[in-house]
Amino acid sequence: MNYFLTEEQQMIKELAAKIADEKIAPVAIQYDEEGRFPHDIVKVLADSDLCGVYIPEEYGGLGGGVFEMALVVEELSRACGGIALAFAGTGLGIFPVILFGNEEQKKKYLPDIAAGKKLAAFGLTEADAGSDAAGIRTTAVLDGDEYVLNGTKQWITNGGEADIYTIIACTNREKGARGFSAFIVEKGTPGFTFGKKENKMGIRASCTRELIFENCRIPKANLLSREGMGFIVAMKTLDRTRPGVAAQALGIAQGAFDEALRYSKQRVQFNQPISSFQAVQHMLADMAIQLEAARALVYQTCRYIDSGAKDFSKESAMCKVFASDTAMRVTTDAVQILGGYGYMKEYPVEKRMRDAKITQIYEGTNQIQRNVIALELIKGMSKK
Amino acid sequence: MASVTVLKPLFNLCSRERSVKMNIVVCVKQVPGTTEVKMNKETNTIIREGVESIINPFDTYAVEEGLRIREKMGGKVTVLSMGIPSVAELLRSTISLGVDDAVLLSDRAFAGADTLATAYALSMGIKKIGNTDLVICGKQATDGDTAQVGPSLAEKLGWPHTTYVRKIEEITGDHIRCERMTEDGYEVIEMPLPAVITVVKEINEPRLPSLKNMMRAKKAVISVWTADDVGADKNLCGLKGSPTQVVSTFVPEHEIKSEMIEGNAAEQAKKLADKLLSMRFPICR
Repeated sequence: MNYFLTEEQQMIKELAAKIADEKIAPVAIQYDEEGRFPHDIVKVLADSDLCGVYIPEEYGGLGGGVFEMALVVEELSRACGGIALAFAGTGLGIFPVILFGNEEQKKKYLPDIAAGKKLAAFGLTEADAGSDAAGIRTTAVLDGDEYVLNGTKQWITNGGEADIYTIIACTNREKGARGFSAFIVEKGTPGFTFGKKENKMGIRASCTRELIFENCRIPKANLLSREGMGFIVAMKTLDRTRPGVAAQALGIAQGAFDEALRYSKQRVQFNQPISSFQAVQHMLADMAIQLEAARALVYQTCRYIDSGAKDFSKESAMCKVFASDTAMRVTTDAVQILGGYGYMKEYPVEKRMRDAKITQIYEGTNQIQRNVIALELIKGMSKK
Repeated sequence: MASVTVLKPLFNLCSRERSVKMNIVVCVKQVPGTTEVKMNKETNTIIREGVESIINPFDTYAVEEGLRIREKMGGKVTVLSMGIPSVAELLRSTISLGVDDAVLLSDRAFAGADTLATAYALSMGIKKIGNTDLVICGKQATDGDTAQVGPSLAEKLGWPHTTYVRKIEEITGDHIRCERMTEDGYEVIEMPLPAVITVVKEINEPRLPSLKNMMRAKKAVISVWTADDVGADKNLCGLKGSPTQVVSTFVPEHEIKSEMIEGNAAEQAKKLADKLLSMRFPICR
C-alpha cells in the first residue's frame, strides 16, 4: 500500500527502520530477558535526530507532529515494542509541555528532549486511580513560591530513567476532576524518589516504576497551564498520544507477521512448506488484512490530528482500540503458525504476543476507549 | 608484541605550520553488494548488472574514522571516488552520515583502470581538492581484494603511509601515531602529515545516518570531475595507464569439509581436543 508519505516522512520511516533492523532487532530478545533499559539505543536515536521529530523547530526539533512520532514508534516496535517505549513514553511525558507549556517552560525543557539528551515520563495513574482518573490522591499544595507534592504514582513508563516528569496532582479536592493540576517535576528534586522496578509480562526492556513524592517542593513556575487544568492537560495529551500506542501495536503486529510469513515458507511438513497449506494461507491473509486496515486507520487519524482538528477523542480512541486488538490477534496467530517453536523463548514471536497485550490496557483500556467512542457518538446524535 | 617505528620526515625538516583543523579525504569505491562476484569471461571485467552496488564495506570504517577525527579536531571530510556517473548517488549516502563534501572522478578516460592508474587518478583528485592533511582508505576492496590503491596513492602523492591501521593513538597538526595490525600483534607507527592510512574494521563501529544529514544529502551537489578538470595525463589514466594485464579471472571455489564428532559430551570433547592438538593451533600449545 502506498500511503503517500511526504519525502521527509519517508526519510523518517526509513531511518527508524534501519535503526530497528540493525541496532534493535539483534538485542531485542536479550534485553527482554534481562529487563535491560536500552540506554545504548537511546544514544543511537539521539544521534539520528529522531528524538525531535514531533517537537517544533524553534525548540530544536524537526517540526513534525503526531504522524511523524507514530512512524518512528511503528518502525522501532517492529523490532521491539519495549525498546520503542523509551521514545514513545518520552512523547507522552513531554506532549503536555508542547501543548500547554509557556514560552519559558518550552525553552527550558524541549531542546534537551529534541536532542535526545533527556527522556520524559507521564505520571497520572495511581493505585486507586486507573480508568477512573478522578480518584487521584497525590496532592500539590501551594506554599509561598513553591508547590509541595505528596503521594505515589504507579506503573510509570520510563520511571527512574526519565529526567522530566509531568505529574497530575490534586490542588483542590472539593472540585473533583476540576481540582487537578499538571506540574513538571525534574528528577533529583528532593523528596522525589522511585519505587522498585516492576517485573512485567511484556515490554520488559521498558522501565516501569512508582514515583514517590514526600514533601517534594517544586517551583511555582513548574505549574503547567493554570490550577484546575490538570484533567484537561491529561486528556488532551492522551488524545494525541493514543495513536502512538496504536503505532506501537501496529509495529509489534507487523514484526510478528513478518516472522510468521518467513517461517511458513521455511517450515516443511508432509514434504512441503506449510505456506502451501490453505489453513496457513488463510491465517496469513487475515493477518495481512487486519494489519493494513489498522495502518490505514492509524495513519489517517494522525493526519487528521496534525491537520489542526480540534476534537478527535473518538478517532484517537478508535485507532488505539483497533490497532491494539489487531495486534493481540495477529501476534497470537503468529505464535500459532510457528506452532511449538512459536511458544519457545528462542523464537521471536512469543515475546511479541506478550508485548502486544499491554497495548489493549495502557493509555486507557480498550473498554474505556469504547466508552469514549460511544459517548462521542451519542453526543453527536443529540447535536443534530 | 609491539614495535615502534618513527618515520622521520625526509625533506620537510622544518615541518610547515598547520592549522589544528584537519582536512581529511576519504577514498571510497563502489563494489557489488555480494561476495560472489560474477565475471565476464571474455572481457575479464565485473558483471555489475542485476547486482546492487554498495560502498566497499572497509571504506565505511574509513569514512567513520574521518568523521571522528573531524568531530575531535574540527575541519572537513571530503569523500573521493572514481567511477561511473551513478556512483554519485552512493557518495550522497556518505553525506547523510555527516561527510561535508563528495567528489566523483568520472570520465571515459578513467575506464579500465588498474590499481596504478586508479591511484594516479585519485592522487590528481586529491591535489585538486588541495590542502589535505590526511587521506584515509579502507584496507582493501571486497571485489578486487588487492589492497594496493592506498599505498600506491601515497607513493603518487609522495606522502608516507601506514596500512592496516586499527587505532589512531594520537593525531596533531603535524603528525599521526597509529597502531598497525600485523599477523602476530601490532606495530606503533608515527608519521609526519600529510599522510595516507588504510584502516581495518577493528578501528571503529560506523554510525547510522542522521535525519538532518539525510536532508542535507538530498540537496547536496556532488562534484563530478573529468580527467581534464584534475589536470590528469590521459596516458596515465584508465586502460592506457594500466600496465596490469588480466590473463584470466575466476571466483575461487570454496569447499568446506565438515566432520561430525559422535559420542556423548565427554567423548566429543576429548575427540575435539585431540583433533585440535593434532592440528597444532598455537592456542593449544
